Amino acid sequence: MTDAVLEVRDLSKAFGAVQASDRLSFSVAPGQVHALIGPNGAGKSTAIAQISGELSPDSGQIMFEGRDITSLPTYQRARGGMQRSYQITSLFQDLTVEDNVAMAIQAQQGHSFRFWGAARKASVLREPANDALARVGLQAKAAHVVTALSHGEQRQLEIAMVLATKPRLLLLDEPMAGMGQSESRAMMEILRPLKGSVGVLLVEHDMDVVFSLADVVSVLVKGTVLMTGTPDEVRRDSRVRSAYLGDEG
Amino acid sequence: MSRRTLVHLIGLAVLLCLPVLADLSGEPFLVNVSSRVLIYALAAVSLDLILGYGAMVSFGHGAFFGIGAYVVGILTHHAFNAEDIPFLPGDWVGTTMALVQWPLAIIVSGVFALVIGALSLRTRGVYFIMITLAFAQMLYYFMISLPNYGGEDGLNLWERSTLGPLDLYDEWTFYYVCLIALLGFLFLTRRIVTSRFGMVIRGCQQNETRMRALGFPTYRYKLTAFVIAGMGAGLAGALAANHTEFVGPGLMHWTRSGEIMVMVILGGMGTLFGPVLGAATLLVMEEVLIHYTEHWMVILGPFLLFVVLFARRGIYGWLVGGEKHDD
Repeated sequence: MTDAVLEVRDLSKAFGAVQASDRLSFSVAPGQVHALIGPNGAGKSTAIAQISGELSPDSGQIMFEGRDITSLPTYQRARGGMQRSYQITSLFQDLTVEDNVAMAIQAQQGHSFRFWGAARKASVLREPANDALARVGLQAKAAHVVTALSHGEQRQLEIAMVLATKPRLLLLDEPMAGMGQSESRAMMEILRPLKGSVGVLLVEHDMDVVFSLADVVSVLVKGTVLMTGTPDEVRRDSRVRSAYLGDEG
Repeated sequence: MSRRTLVHLIGLAVLLCLPVLADLSGEPFLVNVSSRVLIYALAAVSLDLILGYGAMVSFGHGAFFGIGAYVVGILTHHAFNAEDIPFLPGDWVGTTMALVQWPLAIIVSGVFALVIGALSLRTRGVYFIMITLAFAQMLYYFMISLPNYGGEDGLNLWERSTLGPLDLYDEWTFYYVCLIALLGFLFLTRRIVTSRFGMVIRGCQQNETRMRALGFPTYRYKLTAFVIAGMGAGLAGALAANHTEFVGPGLMHWTRSGEIMVMVILGGMGTLFGPVLGAATLLVMEEVLIHYTEHWMVILGPFLLFVVLFARRGIYGWLVGGEKHDD
């Protein structure tokens, strides 16, 4: 499949004796939500980190829109249209909510060796920032400092930041982590409209979320793909059940 | 008017009127002390740009201060001897013209900052502190080992810089020249920290990993900030050489870098105006306390501890109220 937005080929990464990725291969089609599930330690976050460029694989290839990006630095991947969110909230804590989103937009607008004009008065940064905040329902908190937000709101801000950059591939590492029922549902409604327009690689533990959002699900066990299929196929698969119960291999 | 604006206006008024106040109080030598405060304030503000906004804890800022001073010292030395500068090709001669000396001091400091920063910024945390310290100490020992330029004894500056019709030997004139340099640099850094570039530096301070994930090549931005800071310190050094009419390796010693850092922390990191207060407080305390005891640091130490423990953004934060990045 050469028209995949993301294609991972035989990715391997070891930390000492632990094989975090073991000839891992899968691909994400444009506009598709592809979920990665698997027990703790299956190598989901390690896979995300390698795709985003924060970890370099020992071997294997990562293709983004048909281009080999395996050796590109993180920032070039991000500029090329690939954005990630973090399992543990990763924001600019002392800046305002609006600043955080504006920073994400600024990263996409050419270089930032601009020393004179005030960044906070630049409408080319502020207007799209407020649009993105409106999409996740945070516009009322635009002027708040991040530390004044609840955990759920900080998670929404994470998503607003990546959406603001209009990415073609989103890597979402447990976007629902630590959220309550209602927050989780709200987040699902933020993510659902992305289906069909953005390729999404979704790592998530909450199976309700996975089965309701994903077009394709890959089950990861010990750094490799156990099976890939539609949510229904995965739900019925006996190997998946046993992997989750922990008696696999 | 906010409390912050008020503090800024009072500060500016005091700086503008200091020579007058000094004369009125019958202690004209205070103008000289005040010039010293301005020069160190300039160095401290430049360090604040990287320390306070970029979390780059450079423990070698004295190096750039010293380089700026040596550029002035060496140019004056060769101008006085009316000879070519031996380590440059061609027949470049020395000069005492400020319009040549000072920009050159800024440029040479900037070039050194580019090289030192390019290597140091590959490390972080304690390693960054140590490597910047090591580079500064290398330069310190390098200057000690240059007998042509005074070695350990340093160089006397035979003549202060000449700046158009201005007489820099006049304490008032010199004071106001230093004040213009400081205010100019404050204005510049103020623009920088609120610009797009400044936002990138502040982003790197808080979460560099995220900055890269957003698409910023953080190293280049940090290096640029490091160079700008080095250039500011270089200008301060050029003024310091004129102030004391002497340049010596002591300007680059790590204790000097430490002193500048103390000024930033004391006055308030990440505030730009704070380091000016920090420089004033430290130098005035030194000036006053030294009358009572040679061991004035015994009093300074606990005072510094007190400020660090109880005032989060230093003296400046205490004056303007506690709120964080409020601009």
